[in-house]
Amino acid sequence: MTQFVPETAEQLKDAVAWAVAEEYSVAVKGAGTKAGFGRPMRTEHEIDLSKLGGITLYEPEELVLRAGAGTPMAEITAALDEKNQQLAFEPPDLGFLLKGESAAGTIGGVIATNLSGPRRIKSGAARDHFLGFEGVSGRGEVFKSGGRVMKNVTGYDLCKLMAGSWGTLAVMSQITVKVLPKAEKERTVLLYTDDPATAIRALTDALNSPYDVAGAAWLPKALAASTGIDLVSAEESGVAAIRLEGPGPSVEYRCARLREAAGALGKTEELHSHRGKSLWTQIRDVMPFAAAGDSRVVWKISVAPSDGPDVYRQLLSLKGAEAFMDWGGGLIWLAVDMASLGGADVVRGIVAKAGGHATLVRGESQLRADAGVFQPQAAGLAALTRKIKNGFDPHGVLNPGRMYDGV
Amino acid sequence: MEMPKPDEAVLSRRHRIADDLRAIVPGEGVIVDEDERRPYESDGLTAYKTSPLVVVLPETVEQVSAVLRYCHENGIKVVPRGAGTSLSGGSLPLEDGVLLGLGKFNRILEVDYDNRCARVQPGVTNLAITKAVEGDGFYYAPDPSSQIACSIGGNVAENSGGVHCLKYGLTTNNLLGLEVVMIDGEVIRIGGKHLDSEGYDLLGIMTGSEGLLGVVTEVTVRLLRAPETVQALLIGFPTSEQAGDCVAKVIGAGIIPGGMEMMDKPAIHAAEDFVHAGYPLDVEALLIVELDGPAQEVDYLIGEVKEIAESCGAVSLRISENEQERLSFWAGRKAAFPAVGRISPDYYCMDGTIPRHQLPTVLRRMTELSTHYGLRVANVFHAGDGNLHPLILYDANVPGELEKAEEFGGDILKLCVEVGGVLTGEHGVGVEKRDLMPAMFNEVDLAQQMRLKCAFDPDGLLNPGKVFPVLHRCAELGRMHIHKGKLPFPDIPRF
Repeated sequence: MTQFVPETAEQLKDAVAWAVAEEYSVAVKGAGTKAGFGRPMRTEHEIDLSKLGGITLYEPEELVLRAGAGTPMAEITAALDEKNQQLAFEPPDLGFLLKGESAAGTIGGVIATNLSGPRRIKSGAARDHFLGFEGVSGRGEVFKSGGRVMKNVTGYDLCKLMAGSWGTLAVMSQITVKVLPKAEKERTVLLYTDDPATAIRALTDALNSPYDVAGAAWLPKALAASTGIDLVSAEESGVAAIRLEGPGPSVEYRCARLREAAGALGKTEELHSHRGKSLWTQIRDVMPFAAAGDSRVVWKISVAPSDGPDVYRQLLSLKGAEAFMDWGGGLIWLAVDMASLGGADVVRGIVAKAGGHATLVRGESQLRADAGVFQPQAAGLAALTRKIKNGFDPHGVLNPGRMYDGV
Repeated sequence: MEMPKPDEAVLSRRHRIADDLRAIVPGEGVIVDEDERRPYESDGLTAYKTSPLVVVLPETVEQVSAVLRYCHENGIKVVPRGAGTSLSGGSLPLEDGVLLGLGKFNRILEVDYDNRCARVQPGVTNLAITKAVEGDGFYYAPDPSSQIACSIGGNVAENSGGVHCLKYGLTTNNLLGLEVVMIDGEVIRIGGKHLDSEGYDLLGIMTGSEGLLGVVTEVTVRLLRAPETVQALLIGFPTSEQAGDCVAKVIGAGIIPGGMEMMDKPAIHAAEDFVHAGYPLDVEALLIVELDGPAQEVDYLIGEVKEIAESCGAVSLRISENEQERLSFWAGRKAAFPAVGRISPDYYCMDGTIPRHQLPTVLRRMTELSTHYGLRVANVFHAGDGNLHPLILYDANVPGELEKAEEFGGDILKLCVEVGGVLTGEHGVGVEKRDLMPAMFNEVDLAQQMRLKCAFDPDGLLNPGKVFPVLHRCAELGRMHIHKGKLPFPDIPRF
């Protein structure tokens, strides 16, 4: 196996063009932090994008940043911190969950997997902040789409297609994203409750209020205790958390109003500054299932928020199951002992009935190969998916099989 | 504007095709009479007119599916149409094409507050969604200025924007699910009430695809809770540079207003003459900055914006004291297009986006172009997100003036691309900007977009002649030209 480490977009093109001509399969790698996520592949060669890094444009007042796909997230975060800005979709660091240590990866990896954190419900997903790219298709051709401006409907929105395509359509070299100011202040309202239905009721009421909620999650008792945050574990019960962000006076007002409303459902508390930050970072990075020695299979499950409590209850009856909810009930993180194809079918069956989907995030490579990582698609969608893949990568050179068999 | 050459064989079968379609859509849902087809011959881009082969107005998804299957099997082109308000000719008919009108799909199927979404049919107007939920304190965020008439299906096709995009996003950021009928009649469902469906983002690809990939028959939109208070500032500046500077400083201070609009002097005067909104007439640029949220937040931010505006040299500044006054600030802006229509027999509305800091350069060069072409231009500008709407004033009755206006418009859009912007921010490419696409994309870029089209519509029957300047057969696009054994690439580090 040869590992190519292109240092220029031209070299990247040459490497892909060669693989295409010889019909060699290649793995596309940023920092390799998500190697254990996605369907396992056997490829003949590898393209490593770590030398295609560096911020090439950052104009804070225009809310735009462009960087090489291989730019480490740490570098991007540091540049944004300096100007008090952020990627509002709150990209998670799944390193703790997948490899037991921080590994935030590269901007290319974050976009290619379309991963977003708790603020997703307010600010949108990675794909909503992705403005433009340049890359090399599986035909070995350099192409671009989008731009550097906020509002653009010129041609098909290929950025949306690239976000979440796991490197199966093209290798991106340059990525342009929208960046936003950080909030001046943050506060979190806590409602202590063991009942997931009560919790989701409280979160739904908050999300349906005019108070602009920027995070809405619920942890059951044991996982609340695992956060190590005194106020979160104080009542020895489950905890619903509602995050508010914005200018100081506004946050204080909204916090008071929502605390008053939640008070009708149980005992409440407020988190300020570092305690709140710690809680939301732990939720974002799925820390409750990242403890050393926890080798359970971890699923990321997306459902309609109002279906959250019911799906949660059904999933909890599975062996060794623990779960918590984010996105106001619309996202369930599940850890479960069942590391078998049958176990995966049970999880998928429960989720499919509710009309959502389940992603196998952590599991042995054999399980990911046997069960697949993404919810199987209906026949029509699956056929369309293959045709799209074929239009970008007709020989199946790029990350073959990373998403679905043959895709 | 050259359109695909009409297929004589199809044209000669017009009545036969109408009969076949009547077997699918009975009654008055198939229109073949020449006079009755006339209302469909144009959309919001009225400079172009073509009478369609046949108009069909289905009422059920099954009918849409059967119509598309029939057209697919018989090699007949299809142009989908919502409310026909496209400003880029997205639903301009084809002489040899069936015009598929979705106007009868006008029901709101479900409002689900617990999941903050509504399922609606594509013919429902944008404003009707907000009207249906505003009594309960909710609204649908994207608000194109045609919202009273434009359909949500058309909004999906064009990825429509509005004045609140910077804070609340375009159509694509406010959708959860779609039901789509493919050209072969197959019905697929994308997304639902949950977020971020796995697999390729077909929701994202369908949005803004201008009717070239499939026909949308159901849309699930996100609903937002209306803010407690909304207030606006009306700020006049002696130069557009100072107004632009103010916009940059507001955003630089970490404030993302709900709306931030700019008008230049000709637009201010036209609007003021028309609606008497109380705009200052002695300024070169006028900003409307709207802030929304709890009263505490709005009060605080108004103070911040006021301070920034004053530091940027504002010469007039009003803060809306009540809802009536806020709406009066907007009245002139919202009436800017018809207002310009009063001072000129015709106007041509452009839609480029630029990096905001390029505004002074673009305005200066636009003035030069205006002199060069001998045509006046008025500008309204979604200043927060850099989306510029120059309105070129002309008289279609003067021979050659329409062509001159179009050439002027083309130069403006090329200028937008030259300074790092794009051809269209929210109106779409359609037929209008089709031939300008090479200013922004090279052949490889365009071929890759067309290959995506091939995955959905391999025979190119859906809305051909729009978006892409040159049509290629999918077989030709699929070919690869490969030179084997060319490995050395000695420069690439490898391990």
